[in-house]
Amino acid sequence: MEQKFLDFEQPIAELEAKIDELRFVGDDSEVNINDEIERLKTKSKSLTRSIFADLDPWQIAQLARHPSRPYALDYLKIISPDFQELHGDRMYADDPALIGGPGRLDGRPVMFIGHQKGRDTKERVHRNYGMPKPEGYRKALRLMAMAEKFRLPVITLIDTPGAYPGVGAEERGQSEAIARNLFRMAQLNTPIISVVIGEGGSGGALAIGVADRVVMLQYSVYSVISPEGCASILWKSAEHAAEAAEAMGITAPRLRELSLVDEVLPEPLGGAHRDLDAMAQTLQNALITHLRELEVLDPPELLRRRSERLAGFGRFKEN
Amino acid sequence: MIHGALAVYDASRMNWFDKIMPSRIKTERRSRSVPEGLWQKCTQCGAQLYRSEVERNQFVCPKCSHHIRIGARERLELFLDPDSGREVADKLSPTDPLKFKDSKRYRDRITQAQRDTGESDALIAMTGLLKGQPVMVTAFEFRYMGGSMGSVVGEKFARAAGFSRDNQMPLISFSASGGARMQEALFSLMQMAKTSAALASLADARVPYVSVLTDPTTGGVSASLAMLGDVNVAEPNALIGFAGPRVIEQTVRETLPEGFQRSEFLLEHGAIDMIVDRRELRDEIAQLLAKLMKKPEPAESAAPAAAT
Repeated sequence: MEQKFLDFEQPIAELEAKIDELRFVGDDSEVNINDEIERLKTKSKSLTRSIFADLDPWQIAQLARHPSRPYALDYLKIISPDFQELHGDRMYADDPALIGGPGRLDGRPVMFIGHQKGRDTKERVHRNYGMPKPEGYRKALRLMAMAEKFRLPVITLIDTPGAYPGVGAEERGQSEAIARNLFRMAQLNTPIISVVIGEGGSGGALAIGVADRVVMLQYSVYSVISPEGCASILWKSAEHAAEAAEAMGITAPRLRELSLVDEVLPEPLGGAHRDLDAMAQTLQNALITHLRELEVLDPPELLRRRSERLAGFGRFKEN
Repeated sequence: MIHGALAVYDASRMNWFDKIMPSRIKTERRSRSVPEGLWQKCTQCGAQLYRSEVERNQFVCPKCSHHIRIGARERLELFLDPDSGREVADKLSPTDPLKFKDSKRYRDRITQAQRDTGESDALIAMTGLLKGQPVMVTAFEFRYMGGSMGSVVGEKFARAAGFSRDNQMPLISFSASGGARMQEALFSLMQMAKTSAALASLADARVPYVSVLTDPTTGGVSASLAMLGDVNVAEPNALIGFAGPRVIEQTVRETLPEGFQRSEFLLEHGAIDMIVDRRELRDEIAQLLAKLMKKPEPAESAAPAAAT
């Protein structure tokens, strides 16, 4: 697959282009240019390392939305090859922006639920850019209830710009659909682990994100409103998105610092899309570890801890 | 302003002493959030209305029945039996965990909002009596940063729900909010989970929860506590929705139909149970609660405070 580079990665892109060029002429050239390629590769790696050592939140937001970023189904293919997708909310429709179904994680059956974005233009439209409608959230709720019934842990993979803001979504009760999931997940009688794999866009993300453990990939983001949205309201212009991203503290390390998430999973050099297999392995290991810790708790204790966790969110003074 | 001299309290006319005094020290509380004056213009039909008449009519326009937005304290005063209200969790105040700054610092916005409203944050919770029955009531103050939900609002609501559960006392919430408070970023988002969890626990204890949606209720508040009532009630013609109309217009690139996201639209689409005139709210909710709690029909006594 051809690599796509973001603006701030341009120096890396140029080096990589040069490497490709050399490879192309490599075979029939008299001089041995393999050494040169190796030299450039090392240089590209160290350049990537130095650029990625110092990313600002807005650059990280762009990585989280990178067109090559692995999506939920990309991970499921690797960590749960026998995943079976189930469809529909039994009331209105099937929402392709949200997928789910049972699969095995290291041999252990679990219920997977995730947002799903599309890779090419046609699929992006089909998946509605990963923005679920009420039927998506209601499908998720149906699958969670099924998980509770059969005592399967729930694992959710979060990756959405937000819940879809459209006429039909409003008509069918977008607010209620999200609210109902928050309400049910608070007391769902089975362990829940949520992983933000890309964009954690506001209520649309939280609607499958109330959990016993919340994990974020290193270059994922999680926020109450998109940086552009925040900027256009508070700065009166979306141009200030970078400042808004900085002010809101949307990155994984920052949110870990604020105790709003439990763990940050390191990504391969250059981001998850540079080495999907390595990322999937890290993700799988983390899920197995968290699941082991949660499964030993008896149900009342699990729910007690979850209540405590949810009640503890917020910073305020009392005098 | 001609009637300025008659105004009981006018924020725009605060003297120099009030201005330099830190808002937290001030004990004085404004009891009216609608600007004072003898006359008031209805924002809907434009009629010039005699203020005391509007007040007697619970801030419903006597000419066109438009429900004028009211503050949290007026709301609670109108809803509860006279002098029965007792505020709870009133010692909570906001912090600025992210040191948030846009064109203005969040700290300064807080100070400004506190000065303008006399409230520490955008939600007030009270226990009191509704036709003699003990209830817990919460109300959003929309003038406080658009009634936005941050940590204090979430905590106060959760405590109110907890108090309701522990005392088997029905909970009634009046929402008026633009949604989650951006300046507390992800802390605000998590208040949606926190308030919904508190309501789940209340539901577990089989204590009724009535959500009253008033103009406007959108975003994170609509997508959490406001839509979770055993019974969802709306005042007439209130704007209620997940996304704001402007955001939707940008998405679909067309003008939205008249009445879209208004109470009547929500009733038609099955999102709310009933639309109730403000002047009937006490009766309707008291009757409803009595049935859900298997209690006798509420007495006709105890008129709302403003009408006495």
